[in-house]
Amino acid sequence: MKKMKSVYLLAVMALILVVATACGNNNKDNSANGGGGKKASGSIVVSGSSAMQPLVAAAAEQFKEKNPDADIQVQAGGSGTGLSQVSEGAVKIGNSDVFAEEKEGIPADKLKDHQIAVVGMSAAVNPEVGLKDISKKDLIKVFTGEIKNWKELGGKDQKIALINRPDSSGTRATFVKYALDGKEPVEGAATEDSSNTVQKLIKETPGAIGYLAFSYFTDKSGVTPLSIDGVKPTDENVQKGKFPIWAYEHSYTKGEPKGLEKQFLDYMMSNDIQNNLVPEQGYIPASKMEVKRDAEGKVTKK
Amino acid sequence: MDNKTMTMAASQRLLKKSNKSALQKEKRGKYLVLASALLIISATIAITIFLGSKGLQAFISNGVSIYEFLTSTKWNPTAENPLYGAVPFILGSFAVTILSALIAAPLGIGGAIFMTEIAPSWGKKILQPVIELLVGIPSVVYGFIGLSVLVPFLRDTVGGQGFSLLAGMIVLSIMILPTVTSIATDAMSSLPKGLRESSYAIGATRWQTIWRVLIPAAMPTLLTAIVLGMARAFGEALAVQMVIGNVRSLPSAITDPSATLTTIITLNMGHTTFGSVENNVLWSLALILLVMSFIFILLIRYLSSRRQF
Repeated sequence: MKKMKSVYLLAVMALILVVATACGNNNKDNSANGGGGKKASGSIVVSGSSAMQPLVAAAAEQFKEKNPDADIQVQAGGSGTGLSQVSEGAVKIGNSDVFAEEKEGIPADKLKDHQIAVVGMSAAVNPEVGLKDISKKDLIKVFTGEIKNWKELGGKDQKIALINRPDSSGTRATFVKYALDGKEPVEGAATEDSSNTVQKLIKETPGAIGYLAFSYFTDKSGVTPLSIDGVKPTDENVQKGKFPIWAYEHSYTKGEPKGLEKQFLDYMMSNDIQNNLVPEQGYIPASKMEVKRDAEGKVTKK
Repeated sequence: MDNKTMTMAASQRLLKKSNKSALQKEKRGKYLVLASALLIISATIAITIFLGSKGLQAFISNGVSIYEFLTSTKWNPTAENPLYGAVPFILGSFAVTILSALIAAPLGIGGAIFMTEIAPSWGKKILQPVIELLVGIPSVVYGFIGLSVLVPFLRDTVGGQGFSLLAGMIVLSIMILPTVTSIATDAMSSLPKGLRESSYAIGATRWQTIWRVLIPAAMPTLLTAIVLGMARAFGEALAVQMVIGNVRSLPSAITDPSATLTTIITLNMGHTTFGSVENNVLWSLALILLVMSFIFILLIRYLSSRRQF
């Protein structure tokens, strides 16, 4: 009889598991279908860009402190995942490093773009290389494999080791578009996805060059950020439109935001977040930009 | 107890209809195991169908040529004229798998022979927990050690940038070593004692017995051990991704960086959007992985059908 009991227990547990999964699905479906705004019951899921995740998660944390009834879950799955999920209605907000127009298969006209912050990027080298400034022309030559040794640019006699990002990465797309004028980089020493790994590799690999967001250029990071054509990679230069390599951090909603997601997005754009949390996390507040850029890459004065 | 049941008449042993509760228990048990079996089978079939339809979409609805996919060495799905040649990744996967099996097989079988033939008492006491510990280490830890220790070491000693087929091979061979060793140990210890005794009886030394009698006798199972190890190496993503460099060009030497099917999938999955060609070709890569694992299973089944002991 004892044995039977444990079998029952197992069966009950299995049943609970099945029911729980089914319920989970149901909830998801409800939130997906319930676009009518009535169901803004105080719980939303945000998904997308892993680069944006720390910022949005920190903002959600603060938002929850002020609104204890609201629940905002921030997941990181990549920009593509975020855009797919928000256009399918699986999540309410989809974060992306790139314009929805730039991703194939996304109905960009149905999505509303909220530009939360701006991220500046630059090429960074291993400190031993001995370069601090590079012309755009030379940078392109380095990444297209025309220049293979740093001594050709007046640096140390070291072979150049390129650290790339995966083809589909938003960081790579931005860097290729605005730093390399659309020239595809050659395959180098390694291709890594996470910025932390890229920073570690540049720091440890002799002759390494890669590209990183400004937030990785701290005194302790052990990498040397490069000025491009004499323009230093600083927040100020990006804001004034002098430094070309930057991208918006987008939050997309399907149609106009309503209910909790509108409240949360408004909160993200509030002075409190834009002036404190955004710079703390290494981003440039979108509100402080003096130039703006459209999906085609055209830059205009604000 | 057994004897008693055996001596009972058949009519007494069979459950009668009157014994309802016992009969119900029988049925309940039967349905319970039937349900689990069906669940497992349907999950497998569902995954196969899903992967099959997703993986073929790139060829059917996006017009990617299967011929190009399986023969071209150029991969650049985000270019203006996208290129979908998966050969570098297929070759990369096979290269790390075979190379790591080449290292892990002799080491694993050697360890197994040591445990079963040379020092069955203390050898097993030390080696067994060591092997079990190796199984328990998560692959991300292997990858992290590889990235922090192995890659710089290779960069300083053999040259290149450290990220290489060689690094992937070393990390994978350590990861599949426990699989190979434990199955090889089972193979060796399940050999009938008579084999050893007869070999010693006709005057063979211990090494002659191992080399000429025991290894050939256990060969099909030993091969199964190696194939199972290879199957694991083929599917490993995380640890390999951290040390192999993930470069989409063909490696020309063992110290060159490379990429495997799994690493390309994990690197690009999050960035691509569902339903796009970029995403669909990743599913096609996944389909290749599935087909390969079917081939590995067929190979294992064939080998175990040749098992003698």
